[in-house]
Amino acid sequence: MSKAKFKNPVVKWIDHRLPIFSFMDHELNHYPTPKNLNYFWNFGSLAGIALVTMIITGIVLSMNYTAHVDYAFDSVERIMRDVNHGWLIRYIHMNGASFFFIVVYIHIFRGLYYGSYKAPRELLWILGVLILLLMMATAFMGYVLPWGQMSFWGATVITNLFSAIPLVGESIVTWLWGGFSVDNSTLNRFFSLHFVLPFVIVGVVILHLVALHRFGSNNPIGIDVKGTQDTLPFNPYYTIKDLFGLGVFLTIFAAAVFFFPNFMGHPDNYIEANPMVTPAHIVPEWYFLPFYAILRAIPDKLGGVLFMFGSIAVLFVIPWLDRSSVRSSQFRPIFKIFFWILLADCVLLGYLGAMPAEGIYVILSRIATAYYFFHFLILFPLLPYIEKTKPLPISISEPVLSGSSPASAFAFREKK
Amino acid sequence: MSKKPNKKNDESKRDFLLVSTYAMAGIGAASFVWPLIDQMNPAADTLALASTEIDLSSLEEGQAITVKWRGKPVFVRHRTPGEIKDAREASMDDMRDPEKDSDRVTNEKYIVLVGVCTHLGCVPLGQKSGDVKGQYGGWFCPCHGSHYDHSGRIRKGPAPTNLAVPSYEFLSDTLIKIG
Repeated sequence: MSKAKFKNPVVKWIDHRLPIFSFMDHELNHYPTPKNLNYFWNFGSLAGIALVTMIITGIVLSMNYTAHVDYAFDSVERIMRDVNHGWLIRYIHMNGASFFFIVVYIHIFRGLYYGSYKAPRELLWILGVLILLLMMATAFMGYVLPWGQMSFWGATVITNLFSAIPLVGESIVTWLWGGFSVDNSTLNRFFSLHFVLPFVIVGVVILHLVALHRFGSNNPIGIDVKGTQDTLPFNPYYTIKDLFGLGVFLTIFAAAVFFFPNFMGHPDNYIEANPMVTPAHIVPEWYFLPFYAILRAIPDKLGGVLFMFGSIAVLFVIPWLDRSSVRSSQFRPIFKIFFWILLADCVLLGYLGAMPAEGIYVILSRIATAYYFFHFLILFPLLPYIEKTKPLPISISEPVLSGSSPASAFAFREKK
Repeated sequence: MSKKPNKKNDESKRDFLLVSTYAMAGIGAASFVWPLIDQMNPAADTLALASTEIDLSSLEEGQAITVKWRGKPVFVRHRTPGEIKDAREASMDDMRDPEKDSDRVTNEKYIVLVGVCTHLGCVPLGQKSGDVKGQYGGWFCPCHGSHYDHSGRIRKGPAPTNLAVPSYEFLSDTLIKIG
């Protein structure tokens, strides 16, 4: 760790015993960052801020929420009507979940496009997929808490997925519920887990950051940093860039919170849970739709569940499925085309997940599901044998300087 | 950070930009934090439950009743002529929180008090016939020994002020509305 010089004697005294200021100086101030990062590299810090926003608003909401089947729905309505600024805090939390997923999905596709999962960043990627899984569990359980119709039936359907497991499935579902249907025990444990899992996410995020700072960020051309001429200190260059991106993000987020707070929700969830009546059309929140489409595409209960979980499980192993040593799609002409096909495929799956499971939608779901697995399981390992990659630049500085970006050229000069 | 280019020329402009940026960020942060703090204040439904009506027609002379208002006990005592006389004539010289009895009642027969000791919030004794009423015959707080008189004024013990009189009005001779 570099010995930072601090003027303030209190900081000096503390830092000598507990080098927290040296650590921050090293990791947040001088931290060498590739100088060619584009705006897609903003989404990691945005995800972190989204997580913190969710935790803060969530703690505040829990002060006003009652986890009991008789009171949960009313306590949420009380938050909306009576608690000071409760409507604002709940709308931030509710839309914050959606925006957290938007940011994280862009972050993931950024990683897929620029090959950020490749050596030596395999663990960084795996920790990221783990965060995604934890987020999904947390979001699902959070959605149950308002105890509306969608909460109740979403909980029923998703927990019933486990009944597909042979032999022990039914017992596992009963264990998950703490009874013979989704009821008060289920609500209580979901509240408990929804409260604690975000802090588990924070822990994994810290590991994610430790792994990131081991080799530093990947970059748009995907080649390794060769020396200080390829990097900029994180502060002020990327703090400013991140803050600018944050400003744009918060503007869009605020627009949703204030003007379309229920755009991404379902009206049925403003009807109190009724175990006797299922809503006509059950759909999960938008961020689960692609997985939901995969579940419904398979005409077998256990098969559907396996493929759905498999669609996430496959993400864990893609650092080894992709055999190409070239990271960035910029130098992989065929891979690049398939990347956009994958993105379109995921959007299509999302659309199909929202449609009724009948007719053409089922057929399309099957094709889209097949492509999803084809992409990772067949294309990733085989493409390198067919594809002729473009020549890689010698260093990060070379394309930056030969390109037409005066700002980067200036930064390079100043650094020298 | 290293040296800034053209330091002299840019200094005042940079200072202005920095200060205005920090100021805007500060205002933004404060306006985000305020709702998070203010949500802990009483909610609209809590404030709406802030009044209580009490029927005094069955309250005989010398009797007292306790009712709940805003989650706290309110004492109503129908005072005897002797108690009223005591409260009216007590010397205010040695009182910690001097206040005339006539300023503390609307109808001198009924004393209405918030039954929460002004020391640390216990409920004083004196409402039931068998209760200890303290040296001055009013109320006595068992927690730390505060003695209140027939007007609910602190006369002895650690409490700093008299028992509070809630805002109330007589809707009729025997019906009062607190809050």
